[in-house]
Amino acid sequence: MTMRDINQVKKIKKKKGADAIVLDTIVVLVISAFCLFCLIPFVMLVATSFETEINILREGYKLWPSQFTTKAYQMVFDAGQIGKAYGVTIFITIMGTLISMLVTIMLAYPLSINKIKYKTQVTFFIYFTMLFNGGLVPTYLLISKYLDMRNNIWVMIIPVLLNPWNMFMMKNFFRSIPEELSEAAYIDGAHDLQILRKVILPVSVPGLATIGLFYALGYWNQWYNAMLYIDHSSLYPLQYYIMNLTRSIDAIKEMARMTGQAIGSLPSNSIRMATTVVTIGPIIFIYPFVQKYFTSGIMVGSIKG
Amino acid sequence: MSRNLMKNKQFIGKGLIGELYKRKLLYAMMSVGIIWTLIFAYIPMAGLVVAFKKFNYTDGIFKSPWTGFDNFKFLFANKDLINITYNTVYINLLFILFSTAVSVILALLFVEIKSKVFKRVSQSIVILPYFISWAVVSMFLQGLIGDRGLINQLFAGLGMEKIMFYKEDTYWRAILVMLRIWQGAGFGTIIYIATITGFDTEIYEAARIDGANRFQLISKLTIPMLKTTIVMLTLMSIGGIFRGDFGMIYALIGDNSLLYRKTDVIDTYVYRALRQNSNLGFSTAVSFYQSTVGFVIVLASNWLTRKLDPDSALF
Repeated sequence: MTMRDINQVKKIKKKKGADAIVLDTIVVLVISAFCLFCLIPFVMLVATSFETEINILREGYKLWPSQFTTKAYQMVFDAGQIGKAYGVTIFITIMGTLISMLVTIMLAYPLSINKIKYKTQVTFFIYFTMLFNGGLVPTYLLISKYLDMRNNIWVMIIPVLLNPWNMFMMKNFFRSIPEELSEAAYIDGAHDLQILRKVILPVSVPGLATIGLFYALGYWNQWYNAMLYIDHSSLYPLQYYIMNLTRSIDAIKEMARMTGQAIGSLPSNSIRMATTVVTIGPIIFIYPFVQKYFTSGIMVGSIKG
Repeated sequence: MSRNLMKNKQFIGKGLIGELYKRKLLYAMMSVGIIWTLIFAYIPMAGLVVAFKKFNYTDGIFKSPWTGFDNFKFLFANKDLINITYNTVYINLLFILFSTAVSVILALLFVEIKSKVFKRVSQSIVILPYFISWAVVSMFLQGLIGDRGLINQLFAGLGMEKIMFYKEDTYWRAILVMLRIWQGAGFGTIIYIATITGFDTEIYEAARIDGANRFQLISKLTIPMLKTTIVMLTLMSIGGIFRGDFGMIYALIGDNSLLYRKTDVIDTYVYRALRQNSNLGFSTAVSFYQSTVGFVIVLASNWLTRKLDPDSALF
């Protein structure tokens, strides 16, 4: 609780004026309304995923299922494709985040040290890429023609390995560590890598968590590179898999084939919703535990360094 | 120690090689990121020369024959250009305006919440959509505005006619803005809330002793003090006004050409041009146009930021 909150509480206890009552009411009403606005899509997703297809076709999408069924979920898991997509997404999220963090730290740490002479030049070199870029076509040609990375799972990791924004945020975290710490280790004869490992990283855990989560979220939600470079559906990540489910009848046909049902009898609407629920499930589950790192990260990242 | 360093310095010299040698571990660490940036950011920049070429796959980026400004002549004669430029800038302006307004208002209200539990729960809820991908959003959007969606059920309930949103471009900019607010406004409050809680409490105390009520505290103190942050963040976003949000717009609109007139932005246009594979020189020319104009806008917005508040300028 900040001083201001404490003061406000004191004041309220003394007397709650008309302005306070009006304001408190407005606050609760508006915030609740906005929360509702944020939640309705989730409620709709979950409700419709448990509804029977006939009811969806007859009555439309739901905020509460009138006839509860888990048929759509059975279909989704029977078809098995979602498992594969999960595997791809988990692979690119874990590998991608680890490698991204490694590259980011290795670039951000030297840039946070004053004694590095070409710091300014390297900073500009990285920074410029945030202002100017080659755009889609040259990147596409580079990756598909010259690097020949089409239909390779790494194409969803390597081209997005380093995010300059995250890197500069990491650098700001490192800069906020008192220099005396590494100075002392340096005098004890430790070299830079040891200092980074033994001194800097242990005290940067909140920063590492924040940047790591930003990377992980980026990889988890990625579909762009899959759309550009992946043709084999066995390499589709979750997000691109559900995107295809919305778009193409082919994906539904494939599911019908896998579960041995006629397309007409396949509950396609509820299957879409069930697949989406299965996709966002882990995020909703992990979210409460990691939320504070995002919040604190924004603040440190916004300090100019 | 220091004498040793001095000796080393004299021995190795002060130039590039000397510096690289002396701090070889640090430079070796950086080299990974630098090489990556060189390959994945700078080579594509060089690849923009395709805009001046008649591209074919066999000859590739560097051997394809030059055509001078032909691709650009073609581009500037194209009537799509005005539409996609207008949409990109206009939609981004709407995003900035509405997201900022909603974020600021929510932040002002959040700091007034007394109940700790309500504060924590509601804050978690409004930030949650930030974690959801546009692919997922496009999925539930059908359930909201589709033929059998909630909105049309509501219309039917009110005895109004259904609206075929996916066939009618009229409402789409508003839809995009609403979704942007849904996804980002809550997340955007974080920085404003932190700024407000950082304000000097003594000023508030003094104003309260002078008899100011809570509305006056907000309108006379908080909002004026918040102005700098708002202006700076807005200017920063304006720097990116020439870049359409491909991830959002393509995920939501896809290849629904009925909606292009109101929603097609430069980035989605380039993607389709690339996919149709007809003339890569042309689509690169569009990228070239976007990158250069975008660059000028970033420089201009930064210049303006520095004039207003040197500390907030990016460079």
